[in-house]
Amino acid sequence: MSDKMEKPLPTPTPTTQKFWDGLRNREVWIQYSPSSEKWVFYPRILAPGTLVDDLEWRQVSGMGKLYTFTIARKPTAPPWNDDLPQLLAVIELDEGPRITTELVNVQEDSIRVDMRVRPVFSDQPDSDITLLRYEPA
Amino acid sequence: MTGLRGEAAIIGIAELPAERKQTRPPSFTLDQYALLAKMVVDDAGVDATAVNGLLCHGLAESDMFVPATLSEYLGLPVNFGERVDLGGATSAGMVWRAAVAVELGLCDAVLAVVPGSSVLPKSVRQPLSPPGWHGASSSKYGSPQAEFEIPYGNVGQNGPYAQIAQRYAALFGYDTTALAKIAVDQRTNACAHPGAVFHGKPITVDDVLTSPMIADPIHMLETVMRVQGGAGVLVANADVARRARHRPVWVKGFGEHIAFKTATYAEDLMTTPISRAAGRAFAMARLTPSAVDVVSLYDCYTILVLMTLEDAGFCEKGKGAEFINSHDLTFRGDFPCNTHGGQLSFGQTGPSGGMTHVCDSARQIMGRSGENQIPGCNTGFVSGNGGIMSEAVALIFQGS
Repeated sequence: MSDKMEKPLPTPTPTTQKFWDGLRNREVWIQYSPSSEKWVFYPRILAPGTLVDDLEWRQVSGMGKLYTFTIARKPTAPPWNDDLPQLLAVIELDEGPRITTELVNVQEDSIRVDMRVRPVFSDQPDSDITLLRYEPA
Repeated sequence: MTGLRGEAAIIGIAELPAERKQTRPPSFTLDQYALLAKMVVDDAGVDATAVNGLLCHGLAESDMFVPATLSEYLGLPVNFGERVDLGGATSAGMVWRAAVAVELGLCDAVLAVVPGSSVLPKSVRQPLSPPGWHGASSSKYGSPQAEFEIPYGNVGQNGPYAQIAQRYAALFGYDTTALAKIAVDQRTNACAHPGAVFHGKPITVDDVLTSPMIADPIHMLETVMRVQGGAGVLVANADVARRARHRPVWVKGFGEHIAFKTATYAEDLMTTPISRAAGRAFAMARLTPSAVDVVSLYDCYTILVLMTLEDAGFCEKGKGAEFINSHDLTFRGDFPCNTHGGQLSFGQTGPSGGMTHVCDSARQIMGRSGENQIPGCNTGFVSGNGGIMSEAVALIFQGS
């Protein structure tokens, strides 16, 4: 019996649409709060921590470093049964916020915490979703 | 600091034996609550009518009105009822809430019991929907997890706990043998606790390190196995405690801290929320970690035990491995940890997993740990941990 399952894709919301539209255009857009001088990810309606209503969208390079990772040898859930190993990663953008992602185009044994990484815009088949994956810079 | 006066005590405990395959008949969670409630009341030796407070978790039979539904079913009207939603920190969170309700005079005796069996009666006419694979992540529209975690495979616990371990390794180094020793010492404890699922099955460091890699650097024997069980306590005031059968276990201090849901968004992933929770608990109890005779630390993974030892103040940050290597964590040792085996070796009883840690310290202080008993055990430290080191509760117990 095949355990092949469809991969779950995100459903953008009115709050997050700008981020997903950006990825579709090979751009990374995240929010910034001028009052707290902080970059924000994921998108919200008010600045986290201060709840000030001043979030504005700004384009960033998407460049960052690998904050941490793991190589999952067992699937984290059935949709990834045929995708082992999973290179589960957390990226810290140069602007500060962290993003959950997966590493691609990398040798397992060359992955290092804090290595430089760059975005890979990963169009998903049969959808208008582009995921933000990462590879060594 | 304001806080508890230490005038509420655990006076009764219940811990069903962990079973890989349940031998008891299937039971609704309502009935599991009732059974565990009877067990803690009987254990304390007090009448059920003394109970006028109720802490609970979920009910498989009802998504809402859980305290009211339970109060009605048990026939116990209560002055304080709350459903606690703190993942693995739920049980420890229930205990301090119960102690506060008692000290405020709201309640004389508070039930804090948690069913731990997923074996429910089945109806042909109303089949239960099978549990989804999203686990602790919400796949609903608008959920941050649905949008920014699940599509990248960040589901479940193994991945993110392994990511924490990787970051720890990069910053402080990683002694695989020390991590494995946690599992080995706790297995020794389980071998002296008949209710543990791995009773009679000792392991070695080599066994741990040669078990399959689940998510680097976490091996299978550094993770927990879901088993069937259930556990709970009865928390009461001094008047009820005086009439009870066992040595009361006074709740002297607590702390709670909730920091995030998904580890990606931690302000500082290397300082876990138990740091603040334990700091508050020790200050409230006017004690230091050196006063503790037994620790019952939430242990869904070995890395959590190591980081809890550091962040709760039992050793310096980055020195956890050294501490583990230089102490014997078994019940016979100089730093007894999880004398019931911990969830690593007692078994992980679902929502009630955290309550087995509460029972472990309470049982030691009551002097009822049998083969595992630590002589003269008077002070216990319990940690609860929910999510991905996202939320933590610390408790400090004393016999006198």
